[in-house]
Amino acid sequence: MGRYLIQRFGSMVVSLFFIVTITFILMQLAPGGPFASEKKIPPEIEQQMNEKYGLNDPLHIQYFNYLKDVAQWDFGPSFKYTGQSVNDIINRSFEYSLLLGLESIFLALSIGVFLGVIAALRHNTSVDYTAMVIAVLGISVPNFILAAALQYFFAMKLGVLPVARFDSFLHTILPAVALATTPMAFIARLMRSSMLDVLNSDYIKTAKAKGLNERVVTYRHALRNAIMPVVSYLGPLVVAILTGSFVIEEIFDIPGLGAEFVNSVTNRDYTVIMGTTVFFSALLLVSILLVDLLYTLIDPRIKFGKEGGKS
Amino acid sequence: MKKVLEVKDLNVFFDTYKAEVQAVRGVSFDLHEKETLAIVGESGSGKSVTSQSIMKLIPMPPGKFAGGSIKFNGEELIDKSERQMEDIRGKEISMIFQDPMTSLNPTMTVGKQIAESLIKHQNMSKAQARKRGLELLELVGIPNPEARIDQYPHEYSGGMRQRGMIAIALACNPKVLIADEPTTALDVTIQAQILDLMRDLQDKVNTSIILITHDLGVVANAAHRVAVMYGGKIIETGTVDEIFYNPTHPYTWGLLGSMPDLEGDSDEELQAIPGTPPDLADPPKGCPFAARCPYAMKVCENHMPDYFELSDTQKSACWLLDERSPKVEPPESAKVGGSKRDEQ
Repeated sequence: MGRYLIQRFGSMVVSLFFIVTITFILMQLAPGGPFASEKKIPPEIEQQMNEKYGLNDPLHIQYFNYLKDVAQWDFGPSFKYTGQSVNDIINRSFEYSLLLGLESIFLALSIGVFLGVIAALRHNTSVDYTAMVIAVLGISVPNFILAAALQYFFAMKLGVLPVARFDSFLHTILPAVALATTPMAFIARLMRSSMLDVLNSDYIKTAKAKGLNERVVTYRHALRNAIMPVVSYLGPLVVAILTGSFVIEEIFDIPGLGAEFVNSVTNRDYTVIMGTTVFFSALLLVSILLVDLLYTLIDPRIKFGKEGGKS
Repeated sequence: MKKVLEVKDLNVFFDTYKAEVQAVRGVSFDLHEKETLAIVGESGSGKSVTSQSIMKLIPMPPGKFAGGSIKFNGEELIDKSERQMEDIRGKEISMIFQDPMTSLNPTMTVGKQIAESLIKHQNMSKAQARKRGLELLELVGIPNPEARIDQYPHEYSGGMRQRGMIAIALACNPKVLIADEPTTALDVTIQAQILDLMRDLQDKVNTSIILITHDLGVVANAAHRVAVMYGGKIIETGTVDEIFYNPTHPYTWGLLGSMPDLEGDSDEELQAIPGTPPDLADPPKGCPFAARCPYAMKVCENHMPDYFELSDTQKSACWLLDERSPKVEPPESAKVGGSKRDEQ
């Protein structure tokens, strides 16, 4: 197990290295610069600014300096927010995104799994059809449209929930629902089909032949086997929630990391683009590792590494 | 001997998009105490549906009982609610399935899977159930039970998994054990071991066994009585000796003729039964075997014969047994050599 984790950690470092390199090159290839704006800045000042931020150095020097800093988890100063480092920005805004993301993942998982399970148990009945209509709607309606609709009905018409910002738990409900709907619908469909497979399997028949009732058969025997595809989807789900949150944070005016990420791209704020990208990538790699570890907890047939035996 | 199970005129149909499939059509048989009844037939003859109907494990819908009765110790099972059936399944009537590779839950230790029915039916504590689980594993011949009880099914071999299944099925000393092709997925040496084990345990726990199989070799080894199913009906039934040495139905002849005989004449060719089983969505009016039967007469196509009682134990549904029919001798291939009698 220890050896396996070290291996995985090594491959994560390699992946991050490639991500840093590719983002760096792509950013250099894009036209424009951090100090380009509609109002022309005097060339001397621009020259000075470039000098200050090290943009006059040859590319490979800039690249190696950046790599050195990133290795120490230092993403450098922001070009646009004077006096703030990228680390400050991430530390300040990530907690909003994290809270929103966790709430959405919780919603998506719990409601999605529940809908999928009851749809499978009541296969080909009106319950099943209703759950699947909800799922298809959830997949096909983009989250920014849903967000606007939610704001209109719950905040403007009914006035029960705040329309935007992120100050209390009530504020988190609408954005979390908007963000969770698509993955929730996807999980419901995934769960339904894998549950149907499992319910037709021989060991479910064995469990019923023991005289266990439907509830015990479902929860003790079927659920754990049927949830595997959903667990595999958790990795990409984290990405979906994070990328989805760019839009949702803009709509609900949440000062989260997603919003910073989008703004940094339009601002050509090189260090913030790089910093947030690397940060998101690291987050993604860690969440994929966690999913793989979760696998081994759920299914005893899956083991670490190549030994195949006990570990 | 006391009758444990009485199945009378059982009909089980399935509603499909195309038509109503009449999987089981008027099946009747009795199962006595400590007896092994083999139900033999090819795929689709209705033997598994019959056995799963006894446990009421047929999903309904699409399945449905279309008449008949299943009496267990004199009590009608068809009228029982799902709740009442839960108390019978695993406790009074147990079942072993065909493929031990897929019939154990892969994410639960074998010990827990055995303990489940003990905790449910005998109100045991977890510790008691574990202790009984160890005894059961020992009983079914799994070496080193203390280590094995906490292992998952994938750590067992195929034969061991089937032993584990038997341990689960026998956990509460059921009156009836239904074994649905218990040895089909196993190789021959393991087959023999499992059959020996079942026979051995039958004496120890006083269980009656319904053995579903398409392998007549297994029947000769393990059963007391045989019911031959074809097209959703039992077409011949009798003791093992009667079925092997005095078969009267042409389908039984065909089955016996298609069985390899190790000690017989090696030049003898295996006889296949030409044709395919009838489509039970549109079952034939007369005898279901008429279309494939080399001795079929006009009457066979339009009228299903009644059972002709040949002895107290042997019954056969074939028009050839009618006194007006021409006398037909069973073919040479259906004659069983002396070797099988010795095994009894």
